Amino acid sequence: MSATDMATIAPAAEARYRDSVDERIPRGWRVIAGKELADLLTSARSLVLLVVLGLAGAGILVSVSSTIRDVASQASGSQGVFLALFTLNPNTSLTTAQLPSMVALVGFIGPLLGIALGFDSINGERSEGTLSRLVSQPIYRDDVINGKFVARLAVIAILLGFVVLMVCGVGIWRIGVVPDTDDVLRIGTWYLLTVVYVGFWLSVATLASVFFRRAATAALVVLAFWLVLTFFGSMIADLLAGYLAPSGELAWYGWRQGIDQLVPQTLYFDIVTAIMDPAVRTLDVVGSAMLQLDQRALPTLLPFGQSALVAWGQITMLAAGTIVAFALAYVAFMRQEIRA
Amino acid sequence: MPPAEVIIRTAALEKRYGTKHAVRRLDLEVRRGEVFGLLGPNGAGKTTTILMLLGLAEPSGGSARVLGLDPAREPLRVKRRVGYLPDNVGFYGSLTARENLRYTCRLNGIEGPVAEEGIERWLTRVGLADVADDRVDSFSRGMRQRLGLADALVKEPAILILDEPTASIDPVGVREILDLVDELSRDDGVTVLLASHLLDQVQRVCDRIAIFVAGEVVAMGALAELAAGNDHGVTVSFEVGVDGDGAIIEAVLGSVPGVSSIGTVAADQHIWWVSGSSGLAEPLLRSLLDAGLVPWLIKDRGMNLDDIYRGYFESAATEAGREPLTSLAQVTS
Repeated sequence: MSATDMATIAPAAEARYRDSVDERIPRGWRVIAGKELADLLTSARSLVLLVVLGLAGAGILVSVSSTIRDVASQASGSQGVFLALFTLNPNTSLTTAQLPSMVALVGFIGPLLGIALGFDSINGERSEGTLSRLVSQPIYRDDVINGKFVARLAVIAILLGFVVLMVCGVGIWRIGVVPDTDDVLRIGTWYLLTVVYVGFWLSVATLASVFFRRAATAALVVLAFWLVLTFFGSMIADLLAGYLAPSGELAWYGWRQGIDQLVPQTLYFDIVTAIMDPAVRTLDVVGSAMLQLDQRALPTLLPFGQSALVAWGQITMLAAGTIVAFALAYVAFMRQEIRA
Repeated sequence: MPPAEVIIRTAALEKRYGTKHAVRRLDLEVRRGEVFGLLGPNGAGKTTTILMLLGLAEPSGGSARVLGLDPAREPLRVKRRVGYLPDNVGFYGSLTARENLRYTCRLNGIEGPVAEEGIERWLTRVGLADVADDRVDSFSRGMRQRLGLADALVKEPAILILDEPTASIDPVGVREILDLVDELSRDDGVTVLLASHLLDQVQRVCDRIAIFVAGEVVAMGALAELAAGNDHGVTVSFEVGVDGDGAIIEAVLGSVPGVSSIGTVAADQHIWWVSGSSGLAEPLLRSLLDAGLVPWLIKDRGMNLDDIYRGYFESAATEAGREPLTSLAQVTS
């Protein structure tokens, strides 16, 4: 097509109109994220998640705060009482049931939160017939997946933030301890890393929602993946390590831990252990065994910065895992035909 | 009339999926202000062509210009100016009609009172003003389709692309949509590209037509040109209602000079289709009356696109070495 042809097609008036219109084309992902966020926050799904998280959190909080006074004296020697609100296993006379600690609860429910928000993000749009309409608007295709991801991550951050603030608030009120700077840093870091961890599961669910046309299939597949990793991840690590080194030897422990940390759940809980417990001085199984044997190593509490260093490798891996999972979903979506 | 400005132009546009050609060497010219029909059976490459014009699919070869822009390079600018009503359009069921359109406006950078005014105006135009604040969940198929039209129009596009806009809609809904297309082209000066496999509808609203068969355009032009260029020479057809022995009626109808094809409507032996050269009506009626058959219906079907379409389709299929499809039902179903 020649330049003269182009000129006849676009006369001056048209060109002016064109430029005035172009200036107004917004950043697509922001509009999409805004709409998705509004939808999600008013949806029944978010309400259910909020109620589940809130009730579970409240239940544990009540048990913890009823026992925290008993352990406050012994806890004060090893770690901050305020952190105990999050890490203490409630052991109460109210019930004989074994309740998880707050961090364990959040670590368990977090993946479900990510899956619940992500499993229908793309295929839902497709089955409703809105995807083709959406991409025919002046946006880039990746605006769709980016906007949706950002909105869902924001919902996750809001829900988790609600739980954390609830625990902190009730903690201050019930046990009358105010968190110091170190506590705030630890809880803040734990919160951010939890959002990243849930973001991993959100990415996996989004990937499934790109691949599977039916939302139910996507949900089941991701849940199965999560279940297998949760219950059999460590077992698989044991077996694989057995091929690489004789079982029970020092090398075997090293391999086992290395492989086990490829499981996101293990990785996350290792990080939580280091961040939320100042007494943890290394995450390396072999190293910690040496520390215990070494009579000269006095039990001391690490400052926050040192705790973060202890888990730095794991934190990097977790962030990388989330980024890779999202990148996979992104690429899969970009390569997919828009037509159903 | 001076030749109108070309607003969509493709040159040797191609799309391959693996070794299969979805669209083959497509040369298309759509002029400003006209209603252009893409006619062809499902899977003939109509939607693929549209997706390439919108920059939603990348051409394997050739080039496309929409409003002078290359959709593959400047998809946003193209999509800002082109309204698209996809096949099987869907909406967010939990939002109202107005909220759905407001979202589209925001994506197009139209905000505030300008957006609200546009939404109200287009909802009124498509006849949905009364239900503007109802959830789309409760809408019928026809209402959704009309909302889809409003949705494509709220960005005030220069070009409107409709993909099977009348699929699975009742006849009243079809008429409403086609009337609106007519109106948009006539009063608002919108250029319309309409893809459909339904001949009579394309025939009703389109100024010019391109007939697609297996990824190729086998014919392009105004309806009259297509009819003239068709070696079958079919120009008119009638619907004839007459009772009596089927074999006798067939023989009588077949003997009328100028008749080229006869058929019945489905299993009903009382309504016959007769196609042939123009000036058929009088000898047709005379022959029937001479044979003692009194027709209770003679309806002029006008220039018959069915035959044109079938003619092109059969010749294309024969060329490709395939068995020609004898029934139009097979083609369009």
